[in-house]
Amino acid sequence: MILDVTGLRKSFGQLEVLNGVDLKVRQRELVFIIGPSGSGKSTLLRCCNRLEEPTSGSIRVEGVDIMAPGVDINAVRRRIGMVFQSFNLYPHLDALGNVTLALRRVLRKTRAEAEDIGRRALARVGLAEKAGSYPNELSGGQQQRVAIARALALEPAILMFDEPTSALDPELVGSVLNVMRELRESGMTMVVVSHEMRFARSAADRVIFMDHGRILEEGAPEKLFNRPEHPRIREFIASIEH
Amino acid sequence: MEALIRSFFNLDILAQAWPILLSGLWMTLLLTVVVVPLGLAGGLAVALLSNTRNFFVRAAVVVYVDFFRAFPPLVLLMLVAYGLPFLDIRLGAFGSVALAFLLNTSSYYGEIFRAGIESVPRGQTEAARSTGLSALQTLAYVVVPQAARNVTPDLISNTLEVIKLTSIASVVALPELLHAAREAQSLTYNATPIIAAGIIYLVCLWPLVRLLSRFEHRQIALH
Amino acid sequence: MGRFADTFLDWAVMAQYAPKIVEGAWVTIQVALAVVITGIASGLALAMLRAFRVRMASALIVVTVDVLRALPPLVIIVLFYFALPAVGVQLSAWVATWLSLSLVLMAFAEEIFWAGILAVPKGQWEAARSTGLSFLQTLRDVVLPQAVRLTIPPLTNRTIVITKNTALGAVVALGEILYQAQSAYSFSYNPSPLLLGAFAYLVLFIPVVYFGRWVETRFAWKR
Repeated sequence: MILDVTGLRKSFGQLEVLNGVDLKVRQRELVFIIGPSGSGKSTLLRCCNRLEEPTSGSIRVEGVDIMAPGVDINAVRRRIGMVFQSFNLYPHLDALGNVTLALRRVLRKTRAEAEDIGRRALARVGLAEKAGSYPNELSGGQQQRVAIARALALEPAILMFDEPTSALDPELVGSVLNVMRELRESGMTMVVVSHEMRFARSAADRVIFMDHGRILEEGAPEKLFNRPEHPRIREFIASIEH
Repeated sequence: MEALIRSFFNLDILAQAWPILLSGLWMTLLLTVVVVPLGLAGGLAVALLSNTRNFFVRAAVVVYVDFFRAFPPLVLLMLVAYGLPFLDIRLGAFGSVALAFLLNTSSYYGEIFRAGIESVPRGQTEAARSTGLSALQTLAYVVVPQAARNVTPDLISNTLEVIKLTSIASVVALPELLHAAREAQSLTYNATPIIAAGIIYLVCLWPLVRLLSRFEHRQIALH
Repeated sequence: MGRFADTFLDWAVMAQYAPKIVEGAWVTIQVALAVVITGIASGLALAMLRAFRVRMASALIVVTVDVLRALPPLVIIVLFYFALPAVGVQLSAWVATWLSLSLVLMAFAEEIFWAGILAVPKGQWEAARSTGLSFLQTLRDVVLPQAVRLTIPPLTNRTIVITKNTALGAVVALGEILYQAQSAYSFSYNPSPLLLGAFAYLVLFIPVVYFGRWVETRFAWKR
């Protein structure tokens, strides 16, 4: 079990965003999370690497309780790769610099080692020749792929994607989804929050539907998309796919 | 501790010095009320002048602004106060201060207004002129109001600086607050008046500083 | 014009006192450099400290910075030089001037750096922390480089204004340009040294103003 979330609750003041969520992700699984905005999908992801502090519940990553008092959160975060909707590339570093920063500072690799790993990560997302380009010289799709390479370079146990293609122009979405498909095929464990239903149908092992901070239903994509038990889910999918 | 209070927070001395300090404060206020509007008007004039098509006028403005921005205000003040009498121009302490401040602050305010005017999109002028407004009217009703709003933080910041700058008038014996404080100190051989003056400055200016801080954050974030 | 020349351009007097003015220029440069280095370094340190968001420390920093921004620099110099001796601390004119201006620059720099740090998008913190970088590493390698770029324009402006305030040191008999010019003027009762001093300031500071402008354009954000 790579990720084991039990009874997760998160409130922002009076607002309860997560109302007791259980999530178990096994190795090599691609878990897809869908649901309306405000359902807590992003918050769930962000709690898993403690970008948000859970109000209660437990989260174990590779068996390690990340909420434990003495835990080295920086070490935990190396095991979890995070890809953001707005890419969040460092504008003052080129692509290679973005990818290698954590390698050099956190894993303390030498510049040569780090660049070697970095170039391979960039090659994996199809951007080897853009190593020297700055974020403002890259298209949205390219920036997001560099962001994926940045997460990959640390060889995480699990990759989390928070609406990775929502900020992209439609023509560029494909390039990012292709990278994600390849990653899945190479055996990476992934949790994806997204509206890309076709991708979910073809690539996901399990689809989870969240609403109002709870998991309403989960199952194989074929079941959840075609024969969901909750009418709410049927409505939602219909509205997304027209 | 005792010594500290006696030397810096001596209430007897404060009572003695209070009248002098108060009149110094009045002079500072008077100076401010004269110098700030003068500087603003001068700065606006400078900014408007730098807007003309005439190359020489624009060049002259650039020279003027660079010149007075490179000049330390105190030096300028001394030149005006001690140098001009040699040309039989006697302005007196207040007049010298006013002139020196006008020259100095108009260049800083001028830069601020100029940046403000440039920050108003050209389309605004075009739209206004298209409705038949003259160049002057466009400036007055469309451009300058927007420009001023855009650079309000800088205007406040510079005004705060000007108010603090009034303290240099003490050097040419204009009896403003700092001068009064130093006089009181030499009369009483006690530093309390200076501490009191510092506190008065703080009380008057701290609200402006807080206001400015708020604006600064917004401004840098908007870049 | 002839009158002006006779009075202000007395070459003999100028030649006589030129060496003193040069000495003064040397002092001005020393103090200014020292102020810039310590002021900006300490301002940056304070801003970084503030980034840790420890309530007490942040409050202390804000209060200190507010006080230093509200008080006129001349008042601070006077306080250090004339008030401190009452408790047995006698600072030299050099130290009093340097310390005052350095503290003032520190305060302004801290506010500017802090606004810059706040302006860096939250996503940058999140992305960096998500790759396992510690708070300090994130601050140093991701946030500060971006924050600093945002702060170059306001910082260069403020630094130039404060370094020109080295002239205030003349008030406490610091042997910089103005002081030398003033002494020369009182000895010779001729205002030519004042003009020479003014010229020295221009020679020093006009390049600084242009350098500042160059720095601003070079570090303009190419977003």
